[in-house]
Amino acid sequence: MTDPPLLAVEQLSVDLPTPRGRLRAVDEVDLRLEAGCSLGVVGESGSGKTMLSRAILQLAPRHARLGGRVLFDGQELTTLAAEALRRLRGRSIAVVFQDPMTSLNPVLTIGRQIVETLREHLAIDAAAAKRRAVELLVEVGIPAPEQQLRQYPHQLSGGMRQRVAIAIALSCEPRLLIADEPTTALDVTIQAQILDLLARERQRRNMAMILITHDVGIVAGRTDEVAVMYAGRIVERAPTGRLFKAMRMPYTEALLAAIPKLDAPPHTPLPAISGRPPDPTRRLPGCAFAPRCCYRAARCEEHKPSLTPIEGTGHEYACWHPIGPRV
Amino acid sequence: MDGPLLDVRNLVVEYTVGDRTVHAVSDVSFDIARGETLGLVGESGCGKSSLGRAILQLVTPKAGRVQFDNVELTGLGSASLRRMRRRMQLIFQDPIASLNPRRRIGDIVAEPLRIAGIGNGSTRERRVRDVLTVVGLEPDQVVSRLPHEFSGGQCQRICIARALVIEPELLVCDEAVSALDVSIRAQILNLLEAMKARYRLTLLFIAHDLAVVKAVSDRVAVISAAYARSARPRRSTAPRRIPTPHFCSKRSRCPTRRSGRRAACRSASRLRRWRRLPAAASARAVGAPTDAAPR
Repeated sequence: MTDPPLLAVEQLSVDLPTPRGRLRAVDEVDLRLEAGCSLGVVGESGSGKTMLSRAILQLAPRHARLGGRVLFDGQELTTLAAEALRRLRGRSIAVVFQDPMTSLNPVLTIGRQIVETLREHLAIDAAAAKRRAVELLVEVGIPAPEQQLRQYPHQLSGGMRQRVAIAIALSCEPRLLIADEPTTALDVTIQAQILDLLARERQRRNMAMILITHDVGIVAGRTDEVAVMYAGRIVERAPTGRLFKAMRMPYTEALLAAIPKLDAPPHTPLPAISGRPPDPTRRLPGCAFAPRCCYRAARCEEHKPSLTPIEGTGHEYACWHPIGPRV
Repeated sequence: MDGPLLDVRNLVVEYTVGDRTVHAVSDVSFDIARGETLGLVGESGCGKSSLGRAILQLVTPKAGRVQFDNVELTGLGSASLRRMRRRMQLIFQDPIASLNPRRRIGDIVAEPLRIAGIGNGSTRERRVRDVLTVVGLEPDQVVSRLPHEFSGGQCQRICIARALVIEPELLVCDEAVSALDVSIRAQILNLLEAMKARYRLTLLFIAHDLAVVKAVSDRVAVISAAYARSARPRRSTAPRRIPTPHFCSKRSRCPTRRSGRRAACRSASRLRRWRRLPAAASARAVGAPTDAAPR
């Protein structure tokens, strides 16, 4: 608690008005991320992961109502003027989105898009920006960068496009990179390459990273800390190694069990989580996971558990009936 | 009961793009026994989907034979082909995109019956309600709603119901679970296994994820950039890590479950010499940047 963290999110909530009532997409989330550290955010679709990242960037939909505070490097973002935010995004905080085809402009060459970002944020001339663009493409592993600069996004494969999106994100040496499902649209082999690329560049630049995904396997070897989200809340958070060794939250366990394992015999029925996430417009009084949980008891349906820390481990969980530590 | 349900020999699929020819599938041979699940794994762009479509004659193969229950499908007239298609159905990757957004679920699921001219209005409705119940949906709440009212997992259940309503023998699942979340994926995989047992289906399961393929398949074939490299019994497909960028390269030497003969998977033994094809070359370029070193 000596230095202020690079990113501090305090009691952040996002409410979206819908015809069926107020939808609480993010529910009082607290996060801290130190400079150079990486955090994985895991959850099913609809759990509020993406809305959390948008809220950090102040990119939530206009009609959304935000509560709480977002402090980046000690600076409050929720009250920052639009112009100041614009200078911050892309420069200090960069994002890589899921679908590189929609995050790149289809009618501009990739060279133009990289140079545009560089010249927008850094005071450099066109020739220097172009040289830097070539360097960036080399860094993200794109062969023949000079020629590639003249290509349009549709002329590149999905993996290459995502590399370009990463090059743009890294172009201004951001201090925080938010990667929102960066590999979900890619197949397994490319996925491993992109994740390794992100991890390598993060270490090289001492950049902080938030990696958002629905696949627990992706964060396992690549982040310092993991936060599991369910129904807009963080339900478990721990250093990565500890989370996988001693998870306490039944939801984390269920999420992990639902992944097919290569070493399981064929035709093994998968322990799927039954049912669906709760309707976010109707908030449950108790634990949001209780209707699908196999350990639930009366108390789970009546009172909402809050995040409880385990002393001295950095591990927190929100559950009345945590599963025992397995060592 | 004699012979495989599906027998694919030397299948070639090519597309002409401008003045260029893309070799999507080059000389692929395999067979699937009745009641068996064959997993087909490969990177994107290796021709898995083209292969699946060519089997159903949705794209016309350039060369080769496709025999379904001893009937040659290539060169079949459109009327006889339509009769054969009743016996084989396809499930696509994106469940939401493969449902017509303006039609009600009841109509969508009844459509195969209507096209095949099976039953009348009331018997069709009964079959639709039955199959919706089987895939885990509540017919009363579902039939009159539109696809956008459902989540991705539910839409995939509807797609499965639509494929099963005319009780096909062969079901081709083209990346049927790739667009789904982990927890929903597990539900759909379990559902496919249950449906396979219930309807005595033969499955061609196309996917890019080895662990997913292993969970449902009896045998696995690996396609590497437009070339089926091996069809081997399932137990031998257990690489230690995600193979980047190559999948397993060892050829099949394993006996199949049923016959016990060596190399019964003829596709492996009949492979011609590996050729670098235009499609293969571009797939390599994606797969081989500098950071592709094994972890």
